[in-house]
Amino acid sequence: MTALGLAGAVVQPVLIVAGAPVLVGVMRQVRARLEGRAGPGIRQPWRDLRKLFGKERIAPRGTSEVFRVAPLVLVATTLVITVVAPFVTVASVLNPVADLFVVVALLAVGAVALALAGLDTGTAFGGMGASREVTILALVEPTLLVAILALSARVGSTNLGDVVSSMVREPSRVISPVSLLAAVALVIATVAENGRIPVDNPSTHLELTMVHEAMVLEYAGPDLALVELASAMRLSVFLGLLANLFVPWGIATTATPAALLAGVLALVLKVGVLGAALAAAEVFLAKLRLFRVPELLAGSFLLSLLAVAASYFLA
Amino acid sequence: MLNLWRMIRRTGRVAEPAPPAPAEQLPAAGALGGSVQIRHVDAGSCNGCEIEIGAAFGPVYDAERYGARLVASPRHADALLVTGVVTRNMAEPLLRTFDAVPAPKVVVAVGDCARNCGAFAGAYGAVGAVRDVVPVDVEIAGCPPRPEAIVDGLRKLTGR
Repeated sequence: MTALGLAGAVVQPVLIVAGAPVLVGVMRQVRARLEGRAGPGIRQPWRDLRKLFGKERIAPRGTSEVFRVAPLVLVATTLVITVVAPFVTVASVLNPVADLFVVVALLAVGAVALALAGLDTGTAFGGMGASREVTILALVEPTLLVAILALSARVGSTNLGDVVSSMVREPSRVISPVSLLAAVALVIATVAENGRIPVDNPSTHLELTMVHEAMVLEYAGPDLALVELASAMRLSVFLGLLANLFVPWGIATTATPAALLAGVLALVLKVGVLGAALAAAEVFLAKLRLFRVPELLAGSFLLSLLAVAASYFLA
Repeated sequence: MLNLWRMIRRTGRVAEPAPPAPAEQLPAAGALGGSVQIRHVDAGSCNGCEIEIGAAFGPVYDAERYGARLVASPRHADALLVTGVVTRNMAEPLLRTFDAVPAPKVVVAVGDCARNCGAFAGAYGAVGAVRDVVPVDVEIAGCPPRPEAIVDGLRKLTGR
Protein backbone atom coordinates (compact mmCIF):
# COMPACT_ATOMS: atom_id res chain seq x y z
CA MET A 1 0.00 0.00 0.00
CA THR A 2 1.68 3.18 -1.19
CA ALA A 3 0.93 6.88 -0.67
CA LEU A 4 0.04 7.14 -4.37
CA GLY A 5 -2.42 4.22 -4.07
CA LEU A 6 -4.05 5.77 -0.98
CA ALA A 7 -4.38 9.16 -2.69
CA GLY A 8 -6.01 7.47 -5.69
CA ALA A 9 -8.37 5.52 -3.44
CA VAL A 10 -9.65 8.81 -1.97
CA VAL A 11 -9.63 11.05 -5.05
CA GLN A 12 -11.00 8.61 -7.66
CA PRO A 13 -14.34 7.62 -6.02
CA VAL A 14 -15.11 11.24 -5.06
CA LEU A 15 -14.31 12.47 -8.57
CA ILE A 16 -16.32 9.75 -10.33
CA VAL A 17 -19.38 9.91 -8.04
CA ALA A 18 -19.51 13.70 -8.38
CA GLY A 19 -18.56 13.78 -12.04
CA ALA A 20 -20.55 10.88 -13.53
CA PRO A 21 -23.97 12.66 -13.48
CA VAL A 22 -22.28 15.77 -14.91
CA LEU A 23 -20.87 13.61 -17.74
CA VAL A 24 -24.42 12.36 -18.48
CA GLY A 25 -25.59 16.00 -18.42
CA VAL A 26 -22.84 17.02 -20.87
CA MET A 27 -23.76 14.17 -23.22
CA ARG A 28 -27.48 15.10 -23.14
CA GLN A 29 -26.57 18.75 -23.72
CA VAL A 30 -24.37 17.92 -26.72
CA ARG A 31 -27.18 15.84 -28.18
CA ALA A 32 -29.77 18.56 -27.50
CA ARG A 33 -27.65 21.23 -29.22
CA LEU A 34 -27.13 19.05 -32.30
CA GLU A 35 -30.91 18.50 -32.44
CA GLY A 36 -31.44 22.28 -32.39
CA ARG A 37 -32.77 22.27 -28.81
CA ALA A 38 -31.71 24.52 -25.94
CA GLY A 39 -31.19 21.60 -23.54
CA PRO A 40 -31.79 21.42 -19.77
CA GLY A 41 -28.19 22.23 -18.75
CA ILE A 42 -25.42 19.92 -17.54
CA ARG A 43 -26.55 20.03 -13.88
CA GLN A 44 -29.96 18.47 -14.69
CA PRO A 45 -28.97 14.84 -13.79
CA TRP A 46 -27.89 16.03 -10.33
CA ARG A 47 -31.23 17.87 -9.91
CA ASP A 48 -33.01 14.63 -10.87
CA LEU A 49 -30.96 12.60 -8.37
CA ARG A 50 -31.45 15.11 -5.52
CA LYS A 51 -35.20 15.02 -6.05
CA LEU A 52 -35.33 11.20 -6.35
CA PHE A 53 -33.42 10.73 -3.06
CA GLY A 54 -36.17 12.75 -1.33
CA LYS A 55 -39.08 10.75 -2.74
CA GLU A 56 -41.16 7.92 -1.32
CA ARG A 57 -39.65 4.41 -1.51
CA ILE A 58 -42.04 1.92 -3.15
CA ALA A 59 -41.39 -1.80 -3.56
CA PRO A 60 -43.99 -3.52 -5.76
CA ARG A 61 -46.11 -6.25 -4.21
CA GLY A 62 -44.51 -9.72 -4.49
CA THR A 63 -40.91 -8.56 -4.87
CA SER A 64 -38.22 -10.08 -2.63
CA GLU A 65 -34.88 -8.99 -1.18
CA VAL A 66 -33.28 -9.46 -4.62
CA PHE A 67 -35.19 -6.40 -5.86
CA ARG A 68 -34.23 -4.31 -2.83
CA VAL A 69 -30.53 -5.31 -2.74
CA ALA A 70 -29.77 -4.99 -6.48
CA PRO A 71 -29.27 -1.17 -6.57
CA LEU A 72 -26.88 -1.40 -3.61
CA VAL A 73 -24.90 -4.23 -5.28
CA LEU A 74 -24.73 -2.22 -8.49
CA VAL A 75 -23.41 0.91 -6.72
CA ALA A 76 -21.06 -1.08 -4.44
CA THR A 77 -19.35 -3.05 -7.23
CA THR A 78 -18.88 0.12 -9.27
CA LEU A 79 -17.48 1.97 -6.22
CA VAL A 80 -14.92 -0.81 -5.65
CA ILE A 81 -13.74 -0.39 -9.25
CA THR A 82 -13.45 3.39 -8.85
CA VAL A 83 -11.29 2.84 -5.75
CA VAL A 84 -8.84 0.29 -7.23
CA ALA A 85 -8.64 0.73 -11.03
CA PRO A 86 -6.14 3.20 -12.58
CA PHE A 87 -8.11 6.38 -13.32
CA VAL A 88 -6.15 9.21 -11.67
CA THR A 89 -3.13 7.25 -10.37
CA VAL A 90 -1.36 4.13 -11.70
CA ALA A 91 -0.90 2.66 -8.20
CA SER A 92 -3.75 0.86 -6.46
CA VAL A 93 -4.53 0.61 -2.76
CA LEU A 94 -5.52 -3.08 -3.22
CA ASN A 95 -3.21 -4.21 -5.97
CA PRO A 96 -4.64 -7.75 -6.47
CA VAL A 97 -8.15 -6.26 -7.02
CA ALA A 98 -6.91 -3.94 -9.79
CA ASP A 99 -6.62 -7.07 -11.94
CA LEU A 100 -8.28 -7.25 -15.36
CA PHE A 101 -10.33 -10.34 -14.47
CA VAL A 102 -11.52 -8.94 -11.12
CA VAL A 103 -12.62 -5.62 -12.63
CA VAL A 104 -14.53 -7.28 -15.50
CA ALA A 105 -16.11 -9.74 -13.05
CA LEU A 106 -17.19 -6.88 -10.74
CA LEU A 107 -18.84 -5.13 -13.70
CA ALA A 108 -20.62 -8.40 -14.56
CA VAL A 109 -21.82 -8.89 -10.94
CA GLY A 110 -23.52 -5.49 -11.02
CA ALA A 111 -25.17 -6.18 -14.38
CA VAL A 112 -26.38 -9.63 -13.27
CA ALA A 113 -27.79 -8.20 -10.00
CA LEU A 114 -29.89 -5.74 -11.99
CA ALA A 115 -31.02 -8.47 -14.42
CA LEU A 116 -32.13 -10.64 -11.45
CA ALA A 117 -34.03 -7.65 -10.03
CA GLY A 118 -35.76 -7.27 -13.40
CA LEU A 119 -36.82 -10.92 -13.23
CA ASP A 120 -37.88 -10.53 -9.59
CA THR A 121 -40.58 -7.97 -10.42
CA GLY A 122 -42.41 -10.68 -12.39
CA THR A 123 -43.57 -8.19 -15.03
CA ALA A 124 -43.39 -8.92 -18.74
CA PHE A 125 -41.01 -6.01 -19.40
CA GLY A 126 -38.73 -6.87 -16.47
CA GLY A 127 -38.21 -10.40 -17.76
CA MET A 128 -37.82 -9.27 -21.36
CA GLY A 129 -35.26 -6.63 -20.42
CA ALA A 130 -33.35 -9.10 -18.23
CA SER A 131 -33.16 -11.74 -20.97
CA ARG A 132 -31.90 -9.17 -23.49
CA GLU A 133 -29.41 -7.69 -21.05
CA VAL A 134 -27.95 -11.14 -20.27
CA THR A 135 -27.72 -11.97 -23.99
CA ILE A 136 -25.72 -8.79 -24.60
CA LEU A 137 -23.68 -9.34 -21.43
CA ALA A 138 -22.68 -12.87 -22.52
CA LEU A 139 -21.31 -11.46 -25.78
CA VAL A 140 -19.66 -8.35 -24.29
CA GLU A 141 -17.76 -9.88 -21.35
CA PRO A 142 -15.50 -12.13 -23.52
CA THR A 143 -14.73 -9.14 -25.75
CA LEU A 144 -13.74 -7.04 -22.74
CA LEU A 145 -11.55 -9.80 -21.31
CA VAL A 146 -9.81 -10.72 -24.56
CA ALA A 147 -9.28 -7.12 -25.74
CA ILE A 148 -7.62 -6.03 -22.48
CA LEU A 149 -5.71 -9.35 -22.40
CA ALA A 150 -4.17 -8.38 -25.76
CA LEU A 151 -2.75 -5.25 -24.11
CA SER A 152 -1.60 -7.09 -20.99
CA ALA A 153 0.12 -9.91 -22.94
CA ARG A 154 2.90 -7.50 -23.95
CA VAL A 155 3.38 -6.41 -20.35
CA GLY A 156 3.30 -9.91 -18.87
CA SER A 157 0.78 -8.94 -16.18
CA THR A 158 -3.00 -8.69 -16.06
CA ASN A 159 -2.81 -5.89 -13.48
CA LEU A 160 -4.44 -2.81 -15.01
CA GLY A 161 -2.05 -0.45 -13.21
CA ASP A 162 0.96 -2.29 -14.71
CA VAL A 163 -0.60 -2.20 -18.20
CA VAL A 164 -1.21 1.56 -17.99
CA SER A 165 2.21 2.39 -16.49
CA SER A 166 3.99 0.35 -19.19
CA MET A 167 2.08 2.39 -21.77
CA VAL A 168 3.28 5.59 -20.07
CA ARG A 169 6.89 4.38 -20.14
CA GLU A 170 6.82 3.22 -23.78
CA PRO A 171 4.53 5.55 -25.77
CA SER A 172 5.42 3.74 -29.03
CA ARG A 173 3.15 0.89 -27.91
CA VAL A 174 0.09 3.13 -28.24
CA ILE A 175 0.42 3.20 -32.04
CA SER A 176 0.46 -0.49 -32.93
CA PRO A 177 -1.95 -2.90 -34.67
CA VAL A 178 -2.64 -4.52 -31.28
CA SER A 179 -3.76 -1.26 -29.68
CA LEU A 180 -5.83 -0.26 -32.69
CA LEU A 181 -7.72 -3.57 -32.90
CA ALA A 182 -8.25 -3.71 -29.13
CA ALA A 183 -9.43 -0.08 -29.08
CA VAL A 184 -12.13 -0.68 -31.71
CA ALA A 185 -13.28 -3.84 -29.90
CA LEU A 186 -13.41 -2.02 -26.54
CA VAL A 187 -15.34 0.94 -27.98
CA ILE A 188 -18.05 -1.41 -29.28
CA ALA A 189 -18.10 -3.28 -25.95
CA THR A 190 -18.43 0.03 -24.06
CA VAL A 191 -21.33 1.15 -26.23
CA ALA A 192 -23.13 -2.19 -25.82
CA GLU A 193 -22.53 -2.57 -22.07
CA ASN A 194 -23.75 0.95 -21.29
CA GLY A 195 -26.89 0.66 -23.38
CA ARG A 196 -26.09 3.40 -25.88
CA ILE A 197 -27.16 3.69 -29.53
CA PRO A 198 -26.91 1.54 -31.71
CA VAL A 199 -27.44 -1.30 -29.17
CA ASP A 200 -29.96 0.33 -26.82
CA ASN A 201 -31.48 3.81 -26.60
CA PRO A 202 -31.14 5.42 -23.14
CA SER A 203 -34.03 7.85 -23.74
CA THR A 204 -36.55 5.46 -25.27
CA HIS A 205 -40.17 5.10 -24.22
CA LEU A 206 -41.07 2.46 -26.80
CA GLU A 207 -41.43 -0.56 -24.57
CA LEU A 208 -40.59 -3.10 -27.25
CA THR A 209 -37.12 -1.65 -27.90
CA MET A 210 -36.01 -1.13 -24.30
CA VAL A 211 -33.18 -3.16 -22.74
CA HIS A 212 -31.78 -1.33 -19.71
CA GLU A 213 -34.89 0.81 -19.12
CA ALA A 214 -37.14 -2.27 -19.18
CA MET A 215 -35.33 -3.80 -16.19
CA VAL A 216 -35.60 -0.69 -14.01
CA LEU A 217 -39.23 0.20 -14.83
CA GLU A 218 -40.41 -0.78 -11.32
CA TYR A 219 -37.81 1.17 -9.32
CA ALA A 220 -38.97 4.37 -7.63
CA GLY A 221 -37.52 7.12 -5.45
CA PRO A 222 -34.13 6.50 -3.74
CA ASP A 223 -33.72 3.04 -5.34
CA LEU A 224 -34.12 4.57 -8.81
CA ALA A 225 -31.65 7.29 -7.84
CA LEU A 226 -29.08 4.61 -6.92
CA VAL A 227 -29.67 2.75 -10.21
CA GLU A 228 -29.30 5.96 -12.24
CA LEU A 229 -26.21 7.06 -10.32
CA ALA A 230 -24.65 3.60 -10.79
CA SER A 231 -25.42 3.62 -14.53
CA ALA A 232 -23.75 7.02 -14.87
CA MET A 233 -20.76 5.78 -12.84
CA ARG A 234 -20.41 2.67 -15.01
CA LEU A 235 -20.33 4.84 -18.12
CA SER A 236 -17.60 6.98 -16.55
CA VAL A 237 -15.68 3.85 -15.48
CA PHE A 238 -15.81 2.38 -18.99
CA LEU A 239 -14.80 5.65 -20.66
CA GLY A 240 -12.08 6.23 -18.04
CA LEU A 241 -10.59 2.76 -18.60
CA LEU A 242 -10.84 3.20 -22.36
CA ALA A 243 -9.03 6.55 -22.14
CA ASN A 244 -6.29 5.37 -19.80
CA LEU A 245 -5.60 2.09 -21.61
CA PHE A 246 -4.99 3.80 -24.96
CA VAL A 247 -4.14 7.44 -24.12
CA PRO A 248 -2.52 7.11 -20.67
CA TRP A 249 -0.70 10.48 -20.60
CA GLY A 250 -1.39 12.74 -17.65
CA ILE A 251 -2.07 9.91 -15.17
CA ALA A 252 -0.27 10.44 -11.84
CA THR A 253 2.83 8.25 -11.32
CA THR A 254 4.14 10.09 -8.25
CA ALA A 255 2.28 11.07 -5.06
CA THR A 256 2.82 14.84 -5.31
CA PRO A 257 -0.19 17.21 -5.24
CA ALA A 258 0.79 18.62 -8.64
CA ALA A 259 0.85 15.16 -10.24
CA LEU A 260 -2.52 14.28 -8.67
CA LEU A 261 -4.06 17.53 -9.90
CA ALA A 262 -2.71 16.86 -13.39
CA GLY A 263 -4.13 13.32 -13.19
CA VAL A 264 -7.59 14.63 -12.23
CA LEU A 265 -7.57 17.26 -14.98
CA ALA A 266 -6.35 14.74 -17.58
CA LEU A 267 -9.09 12.25 -16.63
CA VAL A 268 -11.82 14.92 -16.73
CA LEU A 269 -10.58 16.14 -20.12
CA LYS A 270 -10.23 12.66 -21.67
CA VAL A 271 -13.56 11.32 -20.39
CA GLY A 272 -15.31 14.58 -21.30
CA VAL A 273 -14.01 14.47 -24.88
CA LEU A 274 -14.87 10.76 -25.24
CA GLY A 275 -18.37 11.32 -23.83
CA ALA A 276 -19.04 14.29 -26.10
CA ALA A 277 -17.79 12.31 -29.11
CA LEU A 278 -20.04 9.36 -28.17
CA ALA A 279 -23.08 11.67 -27.81
CA ALA A 280 -22.34 13.37 -31.15
CA ALA A 281 -21.91 10.00 -32.90
CA GLU A 282 -25.30 8.89 -31.54
CA VAL A 283 -27.03 11.69 -33.45
CA PHE A 284 -25.81 10.15 -36.71
CA LEU A 285 -26.71 6.54 -35.85
CA ALA A 286 -29.98 4.62 -35.80
CA LYS A 287 -30.66 1.82 -33.33
CA LEU A 288 -29.82 -1.66 -34.63
CA ARG A 289 -32.52 -4.28 -34.84
CA LEU A 290 -32.14 -6.51 -31.74
CA PHE A 291 -31.33 -9.59 -33.82
CA ARG A 292 -28.50 -7.70 -35.56
CA VAL A 293 -26.83 -6.81 -32.23
CA PRO A 294 -25.12 -10.25 -31.82
CA GLU A 295 -23.52 -9.75 -35.26
CA LEU A 296 -22.03 -6.43 -34.15
CA LEU A 297 -20.81 -7.93 -30.88
CA ALA A 298 -19.41 -11.04 -32.62
CA GLY A 299 -17.51 -8.64 -34.91
CA SER A 300 -16.04 -6.84 -31.91
CA PHE A 301 -15.04 -10.20 -30.37
CA LEU A 302 -13.30 -11.15 -33.62
CA LEU A 303 -11.34 -7.88 -33.53
CA SER A 304 -10.27 -8.55 -29.95
CA LEU A 305 -9.15 -12.10 -30.93
CA LEU A 306 -7.13 -10.62 -33.78
CA ALA A 307 -5.60 -8.17 -31.29
CA VAL A 308 -4.47 -11.08 -29.09
CA ALA A 309 -3.07 -12.93 -32.11
CA ALA A 310 -1.26 -9.78 -33.24
CA SER A 311 0.18 -9.23 -29.77
CA TYR A 312 1.87 -12.67 -29.97
CA PHE A 313 2.92 -12.61 -33.64
CA LEU A 314 4.15 -9.01 -33.70
CA ALA A 315 5.83 -9.15 -30.30
CA MET B 1 -23.68 11.41 -42.90
CA LEU B 2 -22.03 14.50 -44.36
CA ASN B 3 -25.46 15.62 -45.56
CA LEU B 4 -26.85 15.29 -42.03
CA TRP B 5 -23.92 17.28 -40.64
CA ARG B 6 -24.50 20.04 -43.24
CA MET B 7 -28.18 20.08 -42.33
CA ILE B 8 -27.34 20.41 -38.61
CA ARG B 9 -24.97 23.31 -39.38
CA ARG B 10 -27.50 25.01 -41.66
CA THR B 11 -30.48 24.64 -39.31
CA GLY B 12 -28.71 25.76 -36.14
CA ARG B 13 -30.93 26.31 -33.14
CA VAL B 14 -34.66 25.92 -33.74
CA ALA B 15 -35.74 26.27 -30.09
CA GLU B 16 -37.64 29.54 -29.67
CA PRO B 17 -36.43 32.03 -27.02
CA ALA B 18 -37.84 31.14 -23.60
CA PRO B 19 -40.94 33.19 -22.69
CA PRO B 20 -40.98 34.80 -19.20
CA ALA B 21 -41.58 32.29 -16.39
CA PRO B 22 -45.15 32.09 -15.03
CA ALA B 23 -45.72 34.30 -11.99
CA GLU B 24 -47.39 31.70 -9.77
CA GLN B 25 -45.70 28.48 -8.71
CA LEU B 26 -47.17 25.38 -7.17
CA PRO B 27 -46.19 24.56 -3.55
CA ALA B 28 -44.97 21.18 -4.86
CA ALA B 29 -42.39 22.93 -7.07
CA GLY B 30 -40.11 23.45 -4.06
CA ALA B 31 -39.93 19.72 -3.27
CA LEU B 32 -39.24 18.86 -6.92
CA GLY B 33 -36.36 21.32 -7.20
CA GLY B 34 -36.39 22.01 -10.93
CA SER B 35 -36.77 18.40 -12.07
CA VAL B 36 -40.15 16.96 -13.07
CA GLN B 37 -40.48 13.51 -14.62
CA ILE B 38 -43.83 13.16 -16.37
CA ARG B 39 -45.92 10.12 -17.21
CA HIS B 40 -48.60 10.78 -19.81
CA VAL B 41 -51.95 8.99 -19.36
CA ASP B 42 -54.53 9.01 -22.13
CA ALA B 43 -57.82 8.52 -20.26
CA GLY B 44 -59.99 8.69 -23.40
CA SER B 45 -58.62 11.51 -25.51
CA CYS B 46 -59.19 12.14 -29.24
CA ASN B 47 -55.34 12.42 -29.60
CA GLY B 48 -55.52 16.15 -30.36
CA CYS B 49 -53.92 16.92 -26.98
CA GLU B 50 -51.27 14.20 -27.58
CA ILE B 51 -50.13 15.93 -30.76
CA GLU B 52 -49.78 19.22 -28.85
CA ILE B 53 -47.86 17.47 -26.03
CA GLY B 54 -45.56 15.99 -28.67
CA ALA B 55 -45.03 19.50 -30.05
CA ALA B 56 -44.37 20.91 -26.56
CA PHE B 57 -41.53 18.38 -26.10
CA GLY B 58 -40.24 18.85 -29.66
CA PRO B 59 -37.25 21.01 -30.58
CA VAL B 60 -39.25 24.24 -31.13
CA TYR B 61 -40.91 24.60 -27.71
CA ASP B 62 -38.39 22.29 -25.96
CA ALA B 63 -40.10 21.74 -22.60
CA GLU B 64 -37.04 19.69 -21.54
CA ARG B 65 -35.00 22.87 -21.12
CA TYR B 66 -37.11 23.75 -18.04
CA GLY B 67 -36.36 20.39 -16.39
CA ALA B 68 -39.47 18.46 -17.50
CA ARG B 69 -38.97 15.03 -19.06
CA LEU B 70 -41.39 12.33 -20.27
CA VAL B 71 -40.65 8.90 -18.73
CA ALA B 72 -41.74 5.34 -19.51
CA SER B 73 -43.08 4.30 -16.09
CA PRO B 74 -45.35 5.90 -13.43
CA ARG B 75 -42.82 4.67 -10.81
CA HIS B 76 -40.23 7.08 -12.27
CA ALA B 77 -42.73 9.94 -12.46
CA ASP B 78 -43.48 12.99 -10.30
CA ALA B 79 -46.42 14.20 -12.37
CA LEU B 80 -49.22 12.57 -14.34
CA LEU B 81 -50.23 14.38 -17.51
CA VAL B 82 -53.84 13.25 -18.05
CA THR B 83 -55.63 13.99 -21.31
CA GLY B 84 -59.21 13.39 -22.38
CA VAL B 85 -62.46 12.69 -20.62
CA VAL B 86 -62.17 9.71 -18.22
CA THR B 87 -63.95 6.79 -19.91
CA ARG B 88 -65.43 3.83 -18.02
CA ASN B 89 -62.62 1.53 -19.16
CA MET B 90 -59.84 3.98 -18.19
CA ALA B 91 -61.12 5.05 -14.72
CA GLU B 92 -59.58 2.01 -12.96
CA PRO B 93 -56.23 2.13 -14.86
CA LEU B 94 -56.00 5.88 -14.11
CA LEU B 95 -56.50 5.24 -10.38
CA ARG B 96 -53.92 2.45 -10.40
CA THR B 97 -51.41 4.63 -12.26
CA PHE B 98 -51.99 7.37 -9.69
CA ASP B 99 -51.33 4.87 -6.86
CA ALA B 100 -48.10 3.68 -8.55
CA VAL B 101 -46.54 7.18 -8.48
CA PRO B 102 -44.31 7.75 -5.42
CA ALA B 103 -45.15 10.80 -3.26
CA PRO B 104 -44.87 13.79 -3.61
CA LYS B 105 -46.98 13.64 -6.80
CA VAL B 106 -49.05 16.07 -8.84
CA VAL B 107 -51.69 15.61 -11.54
CA VAL B 108 -51.95 17.91 -14.56
CA ALA B 109 -55.24 17.85 -16.51
CA VAL B 110 -54.56 18.83 -20.13
CA GLY B 111 -57.36 20.03 -22.41
CA ASP B 112 -61.02 20.94 -22.00
CA CYS B 113 -62.16 17.27 -21.94
CA ALA B 114 -59.92 16.57 -18.93
CA ARG B 115 -61.13 19.75 -17.18
CA ASN B 116 -64.90 19.57 -17.69
CA CYS B 117 -65.66 16.73 -20.15
CA GLY B 118 -65.70 19.18 -23.10
CA ALA B 119 -67.68 17.85 -26.05
CA PHE B 120 -68.27 14.53 -24.27
CA ALA B 121 -70.23 15.94 -21.28
CA GLY B 122 -73.08 13.58 -20.45
CA ALA B 123 -71.91 10.83 -22.82
CA TYR B 124 -72.81 7.29 -21.70
CA GLY B 125 -69.20 6.02 -21.86
CA ALA B 126 -67.73 8.86 -19.78
CA VAL B 127 -67.29 8.67 -15.99
CA GLY B 128 -66.52 12.40 -15.73
CA ALA B 129 -63.66 14.88 -15.73
CA VAL B 130 -60.22 13.95 -14.34
CA ARG B 131 -60.91 15.68 -11.01
CA ASP B 132 -63.85 13.32 -10.44
CA VAL B 133 -61.40 10.37 -10.34
CA VAL B 134 -58.05 11.71 -9.00
CA PRO B 135 -57.11 15.05 -7.33
CA VAL B 136 -55.96 17.61 -9.92
CA ASP B 137 -53.27 20.24 -9.16
CA VAL B 138 -52.89 22.08 -12.48
CA GLU B 139 -55.40 22.54 -15.30
CA ILE B 140 -54.44 23.55 -18.83
CA ALA B 141 -57.37 24.92 -20.89
CA GLY B 142 -57.86 24.62 -24.64
CA CYS B 143 -59.27 22.24 -27.21
CA PRO B 144 -56.54 21.29 -27.86
CA PRO B 145 -54.31 23.58 -25.72
CA ARG B 146 -51.47 25.29 -27.59
CA PRO B 147 -47.94 23.96 -26.87
CA GLU B 148 -47.13 27.34 -25.23
CA ALA B 149 -49.97 26.75 -22.75
CA ILE B 150 -48.72 23.22 -21.94
CA VAL B 151 -45.13 24.46 -21.47
CA ASP B 152 -46.43 27.30 -19.26
CA GLY B 153 -48.39 24.81 -17.11
CA LEU B 154 -45.34 22.54 -16.73
CA ARG B 155 -43.11 25.49 -15.75
CA LYS B 156 -45.40 26.09 -12.76
CA LEU B 157 -44.18 22.65 -11.57
CA THR B 158 -40.49 22.94 -12.44
CA GLY B 159 -40.22 26.53 -11.22
CA ARG B 160 -37.73 27.35 -13.99
